[in-house]
Amino acid sequence: MRIELQKRPEGSRLFSFLSPLLALALTLFFGGIMFWMLGKNPVDALYSFFIEPLLEVWSLHELAIKAAPLILIAVGLSVCYRSNNWNIGAEGQFTIGAITGSILPVLYPEWHSPMILPLMLIMGMVGGALYAGIPALLKTRFNTNEILTSLMLVYIAQLYLDWLARGPWRDPQGYNFPQSRSFVPEAVLPEILDSGRAHLAIVFAVVAAVALWFMMRFMLKGFEVTVLGQSERAGRFAGFSARRMVWFSMLVSGALAGLAGISEVSGSIGHVQPTISPGYGFTAIIVAFLGRLNPLGIVASGFVLALTYLGGEAAQLSIGISDKVSRVFQGLLLFFVLSCDTLIHYRVRIVTQKLTGGTARHA
Amino acid sequence: MLEAILLTVITAATPLVIAALGELVTERSGVLNLGVEGMMIMGAVSAFAATQITGSPYIGVLAGIAAGGAFSLLFGFLTLTLVANQVATGLALTILGLGLSGQLGESFVGQPGIKLQPIVVPLLSDIPFMGRLLFQQDLIFYLSIALVVGINWFLFKSRTGLKMRAIGDNHASAHALGINVIRTRYLAVMFGGACAGLAGAQLSLVYTPQWVENMTAGRGWIALALVVFASWRPLRLLAGGYLFGAVSIGQLHAQAFGIGIPSQVLSALPYVATIVVLIIISHNRRTTLINTPASLGKPFVPER
Repeated sequence: MRIELQKRPEGSRLFSFLSPLLALALTLFFGGIMFWMLGKNPVDALYSFFIEPLLEVWSLHELAIKAAPLILIAVGLSVCYRSNNWNIGAEGQFTIGAITGSILPVLYPEWHSPMILPLMLIMGMVGGALYAGIPALLKTRFNTNEILTSLMLVYIAQLYLDWLARGPWRDPQGYNFPQSRSFVPEAVLPEILDSGRAHLAIVFAVVAAVALWFMMRFMLKGFEVTVLGQSERAGRFAGFSARRMVWFSMLVSGALAGLAGISEVSGSIGHVQPTISPGYGFTAIIVAFLGRLNPLGIVASGFVLALTYLGGEAAQLSIGISDKVSRVFQGLLLFFVLSCDTLIHYRVRIVTQKLTGGTARHA
Repeated sequence: MLEAILLTVITAATPLVIAALGELVTERSGVLNLGVEGMMIMGAVSAFAATQITGSPYIGVLAGIAAGGAFSLLFGFLTLTLVANQVATGLALTILGLGLSGQLGESFVGQPGIKLQPIVVPLLSDIPFMGRLLFQQDLIFYLSIALVVGINWFLFKSRTGLKMRAIGDNHASAHALGINVIRTRYLAVMFGGACAGLAGAQLSLVYTPQWVENMTAGRGWIALALVVFASWRPLRLLAGGYLFGAVSIGQLHAQAFGIGIPSQVLSALPYVATIVVLIIISHNRRTTLINTPASLGKPFVPER
């Protein structure tokens, strides 16, 4: 028995819609098996993991809070991946964005002005973009692999944040806790509804997604991204520059990751501390693929992945399963998404013919 | 003093060398597996768990190898059989490995581990200085050297090695010559996985005999950079591995001495070094092109 693939003349529309759903179903199925192996009732466990968080208003707010950075980062990454630039260091750009955005509230705590918040957001975006500019510069100037450099920069950014929060930025009145002073109210991202904590970041995320969707769908730049990603040679004939595309895609994704970083610190945390992200920058990679690298799809998949974070916390409380389960779910989900995507471009046949003596073919 | 430092350099370099060597073979066959970090951490947790359960670190080593190999099959199935994107699948392997190992290892956190004991080679270990460094080591160190020499011979002196390099350079031609591309790639991917698993076992049985979540700390990624640094040659890889081992140990010693530099700056050194090395190696486009296996990362669907 073997599996044979037959290339479809063009991608199947049916499967490009079905494949993420199929992947979700498979993840739930295998997740159920995993819970069963941990000695829990799979139905109860899945219920408290994926349904319970959706039943209360406050946890819907938490869902929006967690979905916002995932969506912001992932729509930026989708531009990168579509143009064949493999930025996997969004976690680092997120961290640097949080740092540069926090310069004003941490260093000028006396400054109460409505100007401070927009400035912080801009500085966060600039910081994230500049940090993503490093792998872009290295790729265009020195031909260096951006996968490895952007990832190494994640570790460096995290250590830098750790140093700041424990060292120069530590709150002098903070009883030696490794965190900065709390932001003044003017520097905190406002909540959008009275019913809970969800703040403006989710609005930024949706706006960014719609803007990039518009660009990819209706603007020449979007076409350029797609063409250069599929064939650099074809792009060159069209007069597009692959080098400029490296810069464009990296700066866009870096700026969005930076915006996510400062929004998280300003809206959800309220001060700078050594760890600010439960791996949003890496989870966003899954979000991007689950959304089929389409900005609108990413909005949906961002909520799905946010649910795995929330579900992990909920399951820890209600059925005593470690919240590490959520990372297993995320990994499984990406695997199934990638395998199901095969169905879009190929017809899969399982061949069970027996090989007979004379006509044996090389497998 | 020097001896003690060199001993720790060897211990730090060994997992890098082994993991990178496995990836080197995988990449020579034309497959880019970015999941080294994930396979390595699975190897580390499995080796530690098996050792705690059976009490024998040698069974732990075997468990590490088996876990890495098995985990890599997942990657193989997706990228070779289902022709999924290799970059994305490798990332998935890393994410899944980090999550799964945290889950599996949870009950082992804080348990004192059992260290893999050195094997003293008679006579040779009596050589002053060198004997102590090279012939009173554990099994995994000896394996790492044997693997480097063996793979170097395999790639450049054996027929199968030649075929494998042919696949890595042009899978269509190799296929036309009747070489089984997919099967060879499966084997190369599994070898890479087994090596990453062995490297992980070294971390949880020799380097720091305990289980800590995320204990690979980016070593899998540094191993990937090492392959580029070595321009896909095993002997250069050995040198590069020891260079990186020296950097990571050097910063630990500097931290211990407490020379007025923040510890975070020193901890960042191995990662900075990786970037610097990548710049130096890659900046000459032509030599990079010559050295890189030409079909690296490209999907292959056999025409029937």
